[in-house]
Amino acid sequence: MHRGKGMKFVGDSRIRSYEKNRIPKDYSEYPGKTEAFWPNFLLKEWIIGAVFLVGYLILTAAHPSPLERQADPTDTGYIPLPDWYFLQMYQLLKYEFASGPWNIVGAIIMPGLAIGALLLVPFMDTSKERRPFKRPLPTAFMLLTLFAMIYLTWESVANHDWEAAKAQGEIVEEAEFDTSDPGYEIYMGQSCVTCHGENFEGTPAGVPLTGTGHTPEEIADIAVNGVVKDGQQTMPADAFSGSEEELQQLAEFLSTVTQQ
Amino acid sequence: MLNKIYDWVDERLDITPIWRDIADHEVPEHVNPAHHFSAFIYCFGGLTFFITVIQILSGMFLTMYYTPDIENAWRSVYYLQNEVAFGEIVRGMHHWGASLVIVMMFLHTLRVFFTGSYKKPRELNWMVGVMIFVVMLGLGFTGYLLPWDMKALFATKVGIEIAASVPFIGEWIKILLAGDSTILGAQTLTRFFAIHVFFLPAALLGLLAAHFIMIRRQGISGPL
Repeated sequence: MHRGKGMKFVGDSRIRSYEKNRIPKDYSEYPGKTEAFWPNFLLKEWIIGAVFLVGYLILTAAHPSPLERQADPTDTGYIPLPDWYFLQMYQLLKYEFASGPWNIVGAIIMPGLAIGALLLVPFMDTSKERRPFKRPLPTAFMLLTLFAMIYLTWESVANHDWEAAKAQGEIVEEAEFDTSDPGYEIYMGQSCVTCHGENFEGTPAGVPLTGTGHTPEEIADIAVNGVVKDGQQTMPADAFSGSEEELQQLAEFLSTVTQQ
Repeated sequence: MLNKIYDWVDERLDITPIWRDIADHEVPEHVNPAHHFSAFIYCFGGLTFFITVIQILSGMFLTMYYTPDIENAWRSVYYLQNEVAFGEIVRGMHHWGASLVIVMMFLHTLRVFFTGSYKKPRELNWMVGVMIFVVMLGLGFTGYLLPWDMKALFATKVGIEIAASVPFIGEWIKILLAGDSTILGAQTLTRFFAIHVFFLPAALLGLLAAHFIMIRRQGISGPL
């Protein structure tokens, strides 16, 4: 390397003076019409930026950003999902050759190879040719990768239960209720509380009771007959055991919760 | 008036050459969508930068309300989203911008790839670009935890487990990120906050500066 002695600089600067001008050739030497960056071209870019910003703001206004309920590390039943651009990796880790004992293949080796290859592309594809169809190998590899990324993301989206995902993260409003009500004592004494929770917030075994909108009659019916949904018994019958009067008190009390 | 101020500064600092380097150059026809509509593919890089600027600005406003501790993080985001005037819009822009910046950056990468613009003499600039890509993914990953809601916590758990499966240094990476070898909690949140707000943006700004200096020095690649 030529360094130090004998090197010619431009004026008193540290800029090396080359025999041949290294500055890229002026674009006026390219065929066609060039345009000054400032201010002509920048104003046109400004228009593109403004159009883009309008779309961006419409998206923002139309779809408020999601917020699930506060993180609860004890809720081990939660099925996690990363942001959409990591879904491909998430999907990859589900395949047999990339999970379990082969986890390192899906978690480290394949993503590492992909990023490493991308980083070193200029040193692998060293021909002078720039048109994509005149360098079939790099183009084919990139298209293959693109296809794999789209396929994996697609598979991940198609195999995810989006309704369950929405339900498991929903913010549950805390119910306001009167603990001195006789109905509350009946609720706590019956099997209701084990599935529907002390604050009516629901558990993995039972739905939250808040906001269902059930009337006292409907509640009394559910407590005795259970719930049948799509031909399946989702809540067992005879969950309630007690007198008719207690059932009435329970139903009256729970309706103050379900109407919230 | 402005000209006088400019002359006053220029007389002392000789800023005209700086201005010439930044703005005083010609834009060739083949990248100008006004001449060839298909040249819109050359806008992706600029739009990526545009969203990056919006991300920095909206992020600065978000930190005026956000509290990085496990008791208050979620509450502060909830408050910001539901009570603060235009909080929903500011958070919305940061949320959607995080996705859009990945999309535009990906399109920009594909443009550079398929026009073969990474070839000599632009290898270094391509490599800096790939590093920017990785930093952006890191920003997405760390930012995902900050609202401290269910999906944030559990997605980060999975992410940290993946980081921990790196051979030899996995455990160290895990402790560096999570602040503990088993717990994902208060320490993790403050660390992710610091990484998201200070470390990665600093790296990003440095890499962007290198990216732009190189493109000004080498010029945009010629027509195919």
